[in-house]
Amino acid sequence: MEWWRDHATEAEPNPVSEPSRGRWSFKLNSTMESVSEVEAAADKMAAEAGLDDDLRFHITMAVHEATVNAVLHGNEYDPSRMINVVLENTGKDFIFTIADQGTGFDPNHIPDPLAPENLLRGTGRGIFLIRSLMDEVHFRQLHPGTELTLVKHLAPAEK
Amino acid sequence: MALSIASREVDGVTVLDLNGRITLGEGSVQLRDAIRDLIGKGQKSILLNLSEVNYIDSSGLGELVSAYTTARNQSAALKLLGLTKKVNDLLQLTKLYTVFDIYDDEASGIASYK
Repeated sequence: MEWWRDHATEAEPNPVSEPSRGRWSFKLNSTMESVSEVEAAADKMAAEAGLDDDLRFHITMAVHEATVNAVLHGNEYDPSRMINVVLENTGKDFIFTIADQGTGFDPNHIPDPLAPENLLRGTGRGIFLIRSLMDEVHFRQLHPGTELTLVKHLAPAEK
Repeated sequence: MALSIASREVDGVTVLDLNGRITLGEGSVQLRDAIRDLIGKGQKSILLNLSEVNYIDSSGLGELVSAYTTARNQSAALKLLGLTKKVNDLLQLTKLYTVFDIYDDEASGIASYK
């Protein structure tokens, strides 16, 4: 597995009351093992920032869903395609960027999973969950590929 | 932690005790196989005990829905028991709470089939 890690700011030991700032980049194969690795890294980051259990769950779940989308729907498990992941704690926000090298998709044309006619569908809830669990979600087409940016505000935010 | 599934019979109801995660590649297939096996054997009353399931992703939610519709299409009834807070929150968020019959305690769940 190819990956690297860099630090925009040096990660210090992480007292719960003072979340450490930092930035971590990964380039990973299109496998479920990569999903687990990214999810674990996001959870570690959230734990070190002293976030409560619910918030940690929301973050790891959204990152899990976004990474699954990149590996499964974007890169379709293609070993020649990689996913690029950046996890960043700015001190004010957690920012997660997950990019694939797939054919791309239009986020504006995703069926509403809450519509009565879709409620019993077995698929189609991933993007909805990401949007529900994070404060901001941004899509960018990369030609090829799709980049999702997920933002969670660490300070209380007006919604 | 991968999903483990234990099956037991209580008053004619098959209770599946699930323990672990229901996610893509880590439990969805096991759950699907277990439900299909029960339906194939003609079991009509299935209660999924989720009290030890602390993590479920969109794939797992989809698998629960598929299990529900598979059972319903065979005139069987699949109900849920003992949701953890996280799973309960997700079912609320996705409105799947309106699809399933959900019970907090096993006795009520078993009694609901009578």
